[in-house]
This record gives sequence, C-alpha cells and structure tokens, in this order.
Amino acid sequence: MDMRPDPLIMMTTPAQAPTTTPTKVAANNVNVYYGAKHALKDVSVDIPEKSVTAFIGPSGCGKSTFLRCINRMNDTVASCRVEGLIQIDGKDIYDPALDPVQLRARVGMVFQKPNPFPKSIYDNVAYGPRIHGLSRSKAELDQIVESSLRKASLWEEVKDRLNDSGTGLSGGQQQRLCIARTIAINPEIILMDEPCSALDPIATARIEELMEELRHNFTIIIVTHSMQQAARVSQRTAFFHLGILVETGSTSDIFTNPTDKRTQDYITGRFG
Amino acid sequence: MSEHIVKSYEQELAGLDDKISQMGGLAEQLVGEAFDSLASHNPARARATVASDATIDLLHRELEEQVILMIARRQPLANDLRQVISVLKVAGELERVGDLAKNVAKRAQAISGETHPKGLLTGLQHMTDLASRQLKDVLDAYAARNPERAMQVWRQDENLDAVYNSVFRELLTYMMEDPRNIGLCTHLLFVAKNLERIGDHTTNIAETVTYMTRGSLPEGERPKGDLTSSTLMSGPIR
Repeated sequence: MDMRPDPLIMMTTPAQAPTTTPTKVAANNVNVYYGAKHALKDVSVDIPEKSVTAFIGPSGCGKSTFLRCINRMNDTVASCRVEGLIQIDGKDIYDPALDPVQLRARVGMVFQKPNPFPKSIYDNVAYGPRIHGLSRSKAELDQIVESSLRKASLWEEVKDRLNDSGTGLSGGQQQRLCIARTIAINPEIILMDEPCSALDPIATARIEELMEELRHNFTIIIVTHSMQQAARVSQRTAFFHLGILVETGSTSDIFTNPTDKRTQDYITGRFG
Repeated sequence: MSEHIVKSYEQELAGLDDKISQMGGLAEQLVGEAFDSLASHNPARARATVASDATIDLLHRELEEQVILMIARRQPLANDLRQVISVLKVAGELERVGDLAKNVAKRAQAISGETHPKGLLTGLQHMTDLASRQLKDVLDAYAARNPERAMQVWRQDENLDAVYNSVFRELLTYMMEDPRNIGLCTHLLFVAKNLERIGDHTTNIAETVTYMTRGSLPEGERPKGDLTSSTLMSGPIR
C-alpha cells in the first residue's frame, strides 16, 4: 500500500484549506504532582489533529510529564497525581469509566531508546493486533504487519528476514520497528519522546521523513531537545519551562519571532 | 538581553555588528568624498574615492562568509537568526551604496574639465547632504536597535526624492537651452539618480532594522516622491 499523501490533498490552496484545524487533544488547567513536587502548573493547550506538535524546553520542565498524561502513562507512577481536564475528541480521558488500555490503543507511544520486544520482527509488529484482536486470519495479520512496516519505511529492509529477532536490527531500524509496532494497532495519536536522540543523522532523517508522511493520517506529538528537529518536523511548537507552558504557536513564529523572552532565551541558547 | 551560554557565539554576533558599522562608516565617507571630488574638479581625489570602494567590497565578502559559516555552525534562531539575516541584507545594501558613490566619483573624473552651471551643484550638494544624513541615521538606528528611528528615516526619503525631481527638471532645462550642455548634464543626471538610489538603499536598511528588531516588516507603502519616471518635457522652455 502506498502511504504517500494524496498530492491533491497536499496541494490544497489556502482558500480551500480550513482556517482552523480541528482540535484532537485539549488540555485545560492540567496540574501534575509527583508527591509534594508540583511538576506541571495549569497547562492549557489545544493540539490540532493530523499535524506534528513539538514540545520543547530544558530538562525537568515538564514536557515529558505532560506527554505521559496524554496516554495516562503517569498512572503507573505511584506518587503521581494528575488534576485538570484532558480531552481527546472532546472526551475526558481521565473518566473513571474509561479503560486506560483501550486509551493506549488509540494513543501510541515511541520512546527515546528503541525498545523492540525480544521477539521476531514479525511478532513485534503482530503483537498489538493480536492482543487487541484486530485480525481474523493469518492472512489478515500478515497484511497488517506488511502495511505497518511499509508505513514505517522498514519493509524493504526487513521483508526477507521477518523471523529474525527485532533486537538484531540497527538502532535506526529498531526505532522504525517500534513505530511500525505502534501504528499496527492503528492509533489516532502517536506520542514520541525524543525518538531520535539515540540515532545517527541518517536514521534521524528517516524518522523525520516518516513523521512527515504519518502526519497526514495521525496526530503526532514529539518531545525533542533538538531545536532544529522541532523546527524541521513540526507545525506547532509548545515551550515548557519550570512546569509552565510558556508559549504555544506556529513553529515558524516560535523560531523566528517568539513572543516570550523566556522562549527566545531558551531557543537561542541564552540559558539552559 | 542576557548573554549566550556559548561565549564565542556572543563574540561572533558582536563581530558582525562591528563590521556593519565599519562598512557603514566607509560608505558614508565615500558618498561625501565622491561629491566633494566632483564639486572641487579634483580628478586625483575622485580616483582615490573610486579605489576605496574596494575596501567596502572586501568587507562585504568577509561578512557574507562569516554569516554563511555561522548559519552552518550555530544554526541561529529567533532574534539571532533575524540579526544574522539582517547583517547579510544590510551588507548587501551598503555594498550597493559604495558602488553608487564610486560611480559618482567616476563621473567626477569624466567631467572634471567642464564648468558646472552654478545652481546645479547646489541641488546635488543638498541631495548628498540628505543622503549622507539618512544613511548615518539608519546606521545609528541599526546599532541602537531602534525601529522608530529607522521608520523615521524610511518616511523621510521623500525629501530626497523631492530634491531629485527639481534637479532632474533643472538639468533638462539646461539641456534644452543649449545642446552643448547635454554631455555634462547627462553625467550630472546620473549623479543625481545615484544619490536618489542611495536613498532607496537606505530605506531598505530601515526596513531590515524594523524586521530585525520587531520580527516584521513595516506595514503599508513607503511614501515615494520620485516622479521622474513619468515626467516628459517637450517644446521650448518658456
């Protein structure tokens, strides 16, 4: 299956394009505490669908914490308490009636270090669809594995060795395998927590190219320490500092003419 | 403005501004000297003026190389990015100002043996003074990161245009009076046009200062007063 974005869609003229992209994730006054530590303070932000939003900020600023609120990964941290409202498509994701496992099937995540299962390449990708019962037959599962690997631009490199271990791939290939594993269950949102920080520039470029393609079908949120990467891959950028969401804006504005002095100082390397 | 964590980056950025002010100073000087060599019928001085434009060209090339290197090595962002790009643009404008002044000096050599109609030089002197002051003001606005001052320069270019219009008409009149004036007057017309163009480059610098400091270009149309492109004089002068 060719996953290249439809050129007709890409070439929509500004007049035809919708003036506002629908919001996929909406956060309202989100506060996060780790025990007594107030890690995230009154964060409110709307994240548009089918685009890449980058979270930037110095270490410990709360950007990863916020990312982990979106698929409730923070639930697994005993001392962590989340207050406020986070909605996906207008539905509260902290609603007690909502199953976090189902939520995480809709909100996939890719981590800093590639973490393939110690299983075959095939099984890494097939794992999610199997446990979520997304396929009725072996042929259908094969189809999901192939299309996921294709979407992750890995198919050509691994199609002849699907039974080899996923851990035997190079770092960049492993990361693309993890992305294939994530998209195999057809999530709506993909969270990426510094997905390229362990990769060389070529593997990084492959992931960035992949993000560019995926954003036409998925909502992508990426945490990155590389300003240049945020500038390259995202349409919107949010700057966090000391647990506060300082500024959100279009990426072109943030990197050429930010409004807040703290944003400017951070992205120009004036404080760490 | 707080300083960069990387001190050498801070020094490089400051170094760019130093070179711009050096280039700007030279360009200002060149404009004045070019006119003086014309007014004083001094071909030797005119030759020296032509030669000194090479220094501006050299500084321009050095600045371009530095900016390219900084983009490659530092990947400047936000206000730093705007400064680096602005330096590149301002240096280009100053290089053009230098070329135009050099052209005035070349014409000064060509017509050094001619007697100038007296009133004409008054107009050109006035244009030179205005162009030099505008250039100085815009360079001060650059150094002080002062967009208001830059915008003042931007609006005032109209004055230079107005003097240019009257010099233009005056020169045409001389040419119509006596065809023997045409050679000299054509040179002087180009001199006037060069000075008018220097004013335009100055307004471009003013726009760049606005971009550098505010992140956006000035809104609206710049007031323009050069009417010579649509002026035609025919028939005997009354």
